[in-house]
Amino acid sequence: MHRYVLGRLLGAIPTLFLIVTISFFLIRVAPGGPFDLERPLEAKVMENLNKIYHLDEPLWSQYLLYLKSVARLDFGPSFYFRDFSINELFAKSLPISIQLGLSALCLALVVGGTLGVIAALRQNKTTDYTVMAAATLGVTVPNFVVAPILTLILGVWLGWLPVGGWNGGAFVNVILPVVTLALPQVAVVARLTRGSMIEALRSNHVRTARAYGLTGYMVIVVHALRGAVLPVVSYLGPAAAALLTGSVVIETIFGIPGIGRYFVQGALNRDYTLVMGTVVVVACFVILFNLIVDLLYALLDPRVRYD
Amino acid sequence: MFKSMRVTALAAALMAATTLTAAAEVVYHRGNTADPETLDQHKTSTTYEAHILRDLYEGLVAYGADGKIIPGVAKEWTVSDDGKTYTFTLREDAKWSNGDPVVAGDFVYSLQRIMTPETGAKYANVLYPILNAEKVNKGEMKPEDLGVTANGDYTLEIKLEAPTPYFIDLLGHQTGLPVHPASVDKFGSDFVKAENIVTNGAFTLAEFVPNAHVKAVKNPYFHDADNVKIDTVYFYPTEDRGAALRRFQAGELDTNNDAPTEQVAFMRENLGDQFRVAPYLGTYYYALNHEDEVLSNPDVRQALSMAIDREFLADEIWGSTMVAGYSFVPPGIGNYGEPAYADYKDMSQIDREEKALELLEKAGYGPDKPFKLTINYNTSENHKNTAVAIADMWKPLGVDVSLINTDTKTHYAMLRDRQDFDVARAGWIGDYSDPQNFLFMVESDNDGFNYARYNNPEYDALMDEAAVTVDLEKRADVLKKAEEIFMRDLPFIPLMYYGSMNLVSDKVGGFEDNLLNIHPSRWISISQ
Amino acid sequence: MTLTLTNNEAPAKGRSLWDDARDRLLANRAAVASMIVLVLIALLSVFGPILSSHNFDTVYRDYVKVPASLSAYPRADQVEPAFMSAARRARVTVDSYAREGDTVVAEISSSREIDPRSVRYIDRSDLFRNAELTGMSEDKKSATLRADINFMHFYFGTDANGRDMMTRTFIAGRVSLTIGLLATVVAISIGVLYGATSGYLGGRVDQMMMRAVDILYSLPFIFFVIMLVVFFGRNFILMFIAVGAVEWLDMARIVRGQTLSIKRQEYVQAAEAMGVSDRGIVRRHIIPNTLGPVVVYMTLLVPKVILLESFLSFLGLGIQEPMTSWGVLISEGARNLQGAAWMLIFPSIFLTSTLFALNFIGDGLRDALDPKDR
Repeated sequence: MHRYVLGRLLGAIPTLFLIVTISFFLIRVAPGGPFDLERPLEAKVMENLNKIYHLDEPLWSQYLLYLKSVARLDFGPSFYFRDFSINELFAKSLPISIQLGLSALCLALVVGGTLGVIAALRQNKTTDYTVMAAATLGVTVPNFVVAPILTLILGVWLGWLPVGGWNGGAFVNVILPVVTLALPQVAVVARLTRGSMIEALRSNHVRTARAYGLTGYMVIVVHALRGAVLPVVSYLGPAAAALLTGSVVIETIFGIPGIGRYFVQGALNRDYTLVMGTVVVVACFVILFNLIVDLLYALLDPRVRYD
Repeated sequence: MFKSMRVTALAAALMAATTLTAAAEVVYHRGNTADPETLDQHKTSTTYEAHILRDLYEGLVAYGADGKIIPGVAKEWTVSDDGKTYTFTLREDAKWSNGDPVVAGDFVYSLQRIMTPETGAKYANVLYPILNAEKVNKGEMKPEDLGVTANGDYTLEIKLEAPTPYFIDLLGHQTGLPVHPASVDKFGSDFVKAENIVTNGAFTLAEFVPNAHVKAVKNPYFHDADNVKIDTVYFYPTEDRGAALRRFQAGELDTNNDAPTEQVAFMRENLGDQFRVAPYLGTYYYALNHEDEVLSNPDVRQALSMAIDREFLADEIWGSTMVAGYSFVPPGIGNYGEPAYADYKDMSQIDREEKALELLEKAGYGPDKPFKLTINYNTSENHKNTAVAIADMWKPLGVDVSLINTDTKTHYAMLRDRQDFDVARAGWIGDYSDPQNFLFMVESDNDGFNYARYNNPEYDALMDEAAVTVDLEKRADVLKKAEEIFMRDLPFIPLMYYGSMNLVSDKVGGFEDNLLNIHPSRWISISQ
Repeated sequence: MTLTLTNNEAPAKGRSLWDDARDRLLANRAAVASMIVLVLIALLSVFGPILSSHNFDTVYRDYVKVPASLSAYPRADQVEPAFMSAARRARVTVDSYAREGDTVVAEISSSREIDPRSVRYIDRSDLFRNAELTGMSEDKKSATLRADINFMHFYFGTDANGRDMMTRTFIAGRVSLTIGLLATVVAISIGVLYGATSGYLGGRVDQMMMRAVDILYSLPFIFFVIMLVVFFGRNFILMFIAVGAVEWLDMARIVRGQTLSIKRQEYVQAAEAMGVSDRGIVRRHIIPNTLGPVVVYMTLLVPKVILLESFLSFLGLGIQEPMTSWGVLISEGARNLQGAAWMLIFPSIFLTSTLFALNFIGDGLRDALDPKDR
């Protein structure tokens, strides 16, 4: 197993290299540069700026410069937030996004899983339909509709929760964003759990367990759950990614200084270094999560083996 | 026993009183649309940065609560007869936030720094009227050759290339704010960080967390600190205007510098005076590509302009937060008088449309000879609604309109790179209150702004003449002639004058509506 | 006595598994109801705009952001003010005004000669039509103006440009349904095949294939879209490519995960022992057994795709005005929540119903195709 993990981690390096290279040239294709504004700059001013940021050098030379600095884990200065380097920006915002994302993920898994199990145990009865309908609603209503409605009701009309701001991660400021972020994932987890739970409840090993006289919901659930959890685990990778990117809207509406906003801000402002930084962060997360997920497969299903 | 109880009660009351007054820190939560790209006044370019920088620093001149220029660090100034030399007498009680006195040498250092090419100043061209400024910025002369000298600690002399009547207004722009020389020498570009920064304005920087807030605290060394009623200002980047409105309603923001146009009716009904709309120094326009076959015909351009119902756009599409615009220079601007309005301003809409059809027919087009046009705009609800409305207004003329929207950078890159377009939406907010700041855009050598590729030597000659006319009234006449040519040739079709929108809580005092939409926190008070 | 067994019936037709599945599906009431709803929405999208009394792009300047209503516009209290302002624009003074049933009669006068074109101002208003000037006085300074009231229905209200929301919601369905279903089908086809193959082949090939997925995953999507627009211009087809290019990745990953456990099942090993080709195993054993999570994920994919389309419009790649989609209508509506809530409510109802219907159909399909569910 250790050899497997090591192999995967080593294999991540050429993957990252490819990602950085392709992205670097991809983002230069977009028209407009970081210093174009509604008010265009004087020609000489533009020249000065380009010189400072090496934008006047040939592309391959800029590329090599960038590779060298990334190797030192220095992601360069931001073209848009000119007082900050990318490292500084991420140091402040990454922990916040991770906190937000993990909370939403846990919420989704716990609530979604529970709902799915309940629905499966009461398959095709009213409880099943209601639970699934509620879960589906969470998926079909987009988050840029849910967020304003929730903040309007709970923040403006009732005044129970603050409408915006991060406030250092105070609990009241975190509730609404986490819930809004988690809502679509709750739905998916619930449906996946229900589906695979139904299959698992009919499977041989559960039938055997029942034949042995094991009763009690808890025992059945634990036995069945083990096999049922696999599709949910498969979904974890995309789910984590969705949380990271879905947070763009959430962070904008609630005014949270996370890393999600940089995805869109960086692209729309043509802040090349910021975009590259986010690309690298996303790539690392993707690779890491996939590794975790694959290891979980092996853990949960003894039939899965990596040769 | 009673005596000790009384003493305890008294002691408790005293403690409560002192903690209450100690805790009466006045905090101002200020919505500011976007984060500053930078807090270095020499690299700045956006109005959002200007709001913050003007609170942190004070230049030679400053702004009152009514948006008019008042003396800042300079308590008075004189102009030479030829209009080319300004002499400023500085006040002697101006101090930096670390106790250092503000001296003339600080301004010399600052102005030299902004012109130095290596600084990479985006707005250096605002101060090009200063002698040799342009040459220094292009690297052709050394920074020391800049026409700015300090005669002692409290006298500053600035020489100009040519008489510039709006020079004092230029100095109010955020590029005229000084930096603390010792800090810049010591920390380089890191001088803007909260732990290093030294400012001379009413406030100083405590914290800048991107996408969260900029926190500024009262500067005790400010020469007018006694009259500053705010202790802490939080600037929030409130891009989503709907969310900003909700935060305002919940009392989390005291003011916000924009409001969602879609909810104007709602805000007027429910917020009353807290929703403020005021004229703003800017024009919303459509640039026409004069190199296009159809649009090169002046009759076609006039027809298109006449057929637009500007009142409908301003009142219905923009909820009366904009004003119908029949000239390119907005009314109320300084050094001007009445702008050169289009002659059909008072014509009825039906008359205008008939005239437009006549003109089109003369040019060889019309409903039976239709032609196609594309309108480019950058993505935004209001731009889209405006374009849809205008397309509908041009339909009866026989114009088949298709709409193209792109993100903002792509849109302006397209304009700047002179790509092929027919009609493109753009807007211009004045940097200073003078018509030159609007009319200079279509001078034939102005590559950056002349989207229409307009080339008229008569127009250029008038603008050149205005640049050297010292007498303000004569100058206004010359500029007006130029604007008349503009409205005849229509390189741009002006549509509306901007209005500024502000959400201002009833608790806030000292927030006065003005044409420049400048509201320094120095004049703000918040009742508890 | 002889027993004659007359064999009149045709040889018994075998029942295929598909027939079984279809019967099970049709027995599922929720699924059937959903299919009806979906067909209804599709019909509304296709025929609604044609049958509606409004065009989807007609601008009614007098009816900007009017609320949804079953009763006709103009309302009783809107008629007189509208007439007055039209008269003002025509530069005439209204001496008297009366409403007779569905017609409006007014005596007008002016200090100058009344221009016969004045009636046009009344006609231009969306509230009136057939305006006519009668009884012109000798000095041409006064006359009688009469007009019919033009009744219209805006069942879903109007939008910020004064266009009928109902027709726009219907026509938006065309774009959203097409994109939603087609893009999802494309994403599923590619994703399922890719993921199943990768998972089944395992080992090095699996690593390579999944690595390609990782790489594509990490690339910045916005730039990918911008690049498409720069090189290929604007194109409905391109939208599919952009959307499909992103959505198949998740599906591939999920299917691959499923495959890893399925391929160790006994029936797969049995098939291998019998010598069935890899392609056959993947096609007949692996893929059908991954259908459960695939169907669930598909029902998540469709809303994502529909909303992704509105994000593409933001970048200029999606559909352009005046055409619209549910995603675009809903983002506009969300911005108008406090003030013009009908702009949000009606498109949301359509979108949510469609997605609910797809969910139930999906569940029904899964239950119907599940071999263990007998």
